Amino acid sequence: MIAELGQFALVLALMLALIQSSLPFYGALRGEPRLAAVATPAALTQFLLVGLAFAALVHAYVVSDFSLLNVYQNSHSSKPLLYKVTGVWGNHEGSMLLWVLILALFGALVAAFGTNLPDRLKALVLVVQAWISSAFLLFILLTSNPFARLVPAPIEGNDLNPALQDIGLAIHPPLLYLGYVGCSISFAFAVAALIEGRIDAAWARWVRPWTLTAWMFLTAGIAMGSYWAYYTLGWGGFWFWDPVENASLMPWLVATALLHSAVVMEKRDALKVWTVLLAILAFSLSLIGTFLVRSGVLTSVHAFASDPTRGVFILIILVVFIGGALLLFAARAGALAPGGVFAPISREGALILNNLFLTAAAATVVVGTLYPLALEALTGTRISVGAPFFNLTFAPLATALLIIVPFGPLLAWKRGDLLAAAQRLVFAFAIAILAAILAAALTGGGSPLPLFGVWLGVWLIAGAVSELALRLRLGSLPLRDSLGRAAGLPRSAFGVTLAHAGLGVTVLGIVAASTWSSELIHSMKPGDTAEIAGYTLRLEGFRERPGPDYRETEVRFAVTRGDRPVAEMTPTKRAFAARDVTTTQAAIRTIAFSQLYLSLGDIARDGTTTVRAYWKPLVTFTWLGAVVMALGGLLSLSDRRLRVGAPRPARRTRPAPAESP
Amino acid sequence: MTRRFFAALTVLVALVVAHPAAAVQPDEMLKDPALEARARALSTGLRCLVCQNQSIDDSDAPLAHDLRVLIRRRLAAGDSDKQIIDFLVARYGDFILLKPPFAWDTVLLWAVAPGVLVLGAVAIAITSRRRRGEPPSPPLDDGEEAALRRLLSSDGG
Repeated sequence: MIAELGQFALVLALMLALIQSSLPFYGALRGEPRLAAVATPAALTQFLLVGLAFAALVHAYVVSDFSLLNVYQNSHSSKPLLYKVTGVWGNHEGSMLLWVLILALFGALVAAFGTNLPDRLKALVLVVQAWISSAFLLFILLTSNPFARLVPAPIEGNDLNPALQDIGLAIHPPLLYLGYVGCSISFAFAVAALIEGRIDAAWARWVRPWTLTAWMFLTAGIAMGSYWAYYTLGWGGFWFWDPVENASLMPWLVATALLHSAVVMEKRDALKVWTVLLAILAFSLSLIGTFLVRSGVLTSVHAFASDPTRGVFILIILVVFIGGALLLFAARAGALAPGGVFAPISREGALILNNLFLTAAAATVVVGTLYPLALEALTGTRISVGAPFFNLTFAPLATALLIIVPFGPLLAWKRGDLLAAAQRLVFAFAIAILAAILAAALTGGGSPLPLFGVWLGVWLIAGAVSELALRLRLGSLPLRDSLGRAAGLPRSAFGVTLAHAGLGVTVLGIVAASTWSSELIHSMKPGDTAEIAGYTLRLEGFRERPGPDYRETEVRFAVTRGDRPVAEMTPTKRAFAARDVTTTQAAIRTIAFSQLYLSLGDIARDGTTTVRAYWKPLVTFTWLGAVVMALGGLLSLSDRRLRVGAPRPARRTRPAPAESP
Repeated sequence: MTRRFFAALTVLVALVVAHPAAAVQPDEMLKDPALEARARALSTGLRCLVCQNQSIDDSDAPLAHDLRVLIRRRLAAGDSDKQIIDFLVARYGDFILLKPPFAWDTVLLWAVAPGVLVLGAVAIAITSRRRRGEPPSPPLDDGEEAALRRLLSSDGG
């Protein structure tokens, strides 16, 4: 009964989305405010209805209602409650429902907090949002209904893919979807602006917080996915240039570019056409990502099921939205008047350079991901595009971009002084050189490339910090005055510092972990010892343990350094009866930002175990940097000038304060 | 449809989950560390043909195992890296290379990164030159001046 209510709510949500797609559109175009105003309550109710449907599905999972095909295929009554709930989106139908729920959530947020938007723009944004949600609700109802019944109802379910029975499933997909779908808001704003044929700095100010929100979630979602892969896959890698990973990286790169170009647009009224195009591209790439992952074009742990009708349906959605938006862009972009003029060496110029590199990098990832698919479809030739390709194409672009990052915030708007900026970065440059020399001394020299990587990471961090220090006149003013200046700085200034420094932290983590990690692959019996990076591992013994829906074999290791005991580590192997599958849980010990990583291969009858041990220096920096970046985004978002729901009077009486660099 | 779903799922689970622990086994490794290092370097650039975008160094599939052993045998027999790669490409095609070769059907693939960079730079140069040649925006008319004054006077709260 509850499942039928969920299904009914979903149908109602579709009806409402269709109304929201049409009535306010007519109203906004014909200047009938009362019709245009329908969009707000429609968006709020739509969210309520999709939420109801989602709650119904969660309920079915929690009570293990195996009369639902979806629950039967993906759940098991003995599964822990957490995985029953997260299992809701651990399958195709449920994850699409989560996608639409988040879409409806963002629509409702615009409806509720967009009170300071001009009525017409708000109506149009919600209309575009409703077009997207209509398409995806239709997709769910026609091809991926999570509420399909199964008669007779089986007694027990098939259980969730054991690889997904992990806390990661509770965090990674919702974060990533918040990011993907968050891009739909900037898309809706862009399309609305094109329909209106009018766009100004205020538009950029409204779009920025939404883009920032989406970017934050994307950053966190990608980092979380990378960490999840790192600790489950068992060989200590954290980025594989897998098409599914690329699918999340593409919108991230474009959203990052959009974030920066929207600043130029807001502050200087320039780059309008380009910003609109980026807003369209960011969401288009999110859609392509959804298509790649959900259509079954790629088989991976993310593609829960391949069904050609679904692929074709998503492809149609893709073509209609991306093609439509780009056509509209081609037709109307000329109507958008260009804005402020600036010299090549200026903050604007630096941000354009940022956009150029980010776009080229995004294009590389797009082509590297789609080219093999297209080539095979067209000519039948199969090629592989893997890490070596991206190391040759993406890495140089990213490196070039990262080198110039510290200069950007130090250049003035309109006309900057590169020499002065360079002089102010001398200190950061020196620190970065020292760090590289230190790294060379610690690791005994070796190839220059990783040392350059260390330089780059520290350069980013020191550059970001010295920019902030210069703004606060730290050192040249008494500390109290500097603190006073800090209180006066907008929070977004600190956000920029954090985000750029976070990039540096990530670079350090990637460089250190991929260059100076040690690996040990060894057969061990109880009582055997092995050495890795100065740590001694001793295989103490085995223990069998029952889990909720699996049995596990724990292998105990005593880890010592010299005579000093460091830790006891227990990697395990888990056997899931319901799916007749065995998984390996790595044991990870974090020692001051570095990690000791133990994983198991086969365990022979006589207790001989294949042990994989890795020492990954500073590997946690890789993800901590992303967390710092996301925190920077959060800090910027909390800036009152950008706050999503800032009350109307504050906006009116405070036009952009002229910000001195 | 349901049956196909299960079939797909079974294959998927077999591919992804049944081999969670990765790659190189202790008994495969060569005694000579220099040769073993070469074997590892070669392995990371070769695709495990039955896997989803994994190198044979990372994969636990039987085929990857066979290829790793084959590479090590040839290395031990004194083959150069290039000879081994040529042999594998002759046997399996370019599909086995994780770095696609530069050929007529991959020109586009390799050209996109530099292409976007160059075209973008040219576009920026042209736009900014055109923009600089433009006359400055016309002065405000009386109505706009009044509106501006109104806005400015309401500032300050």
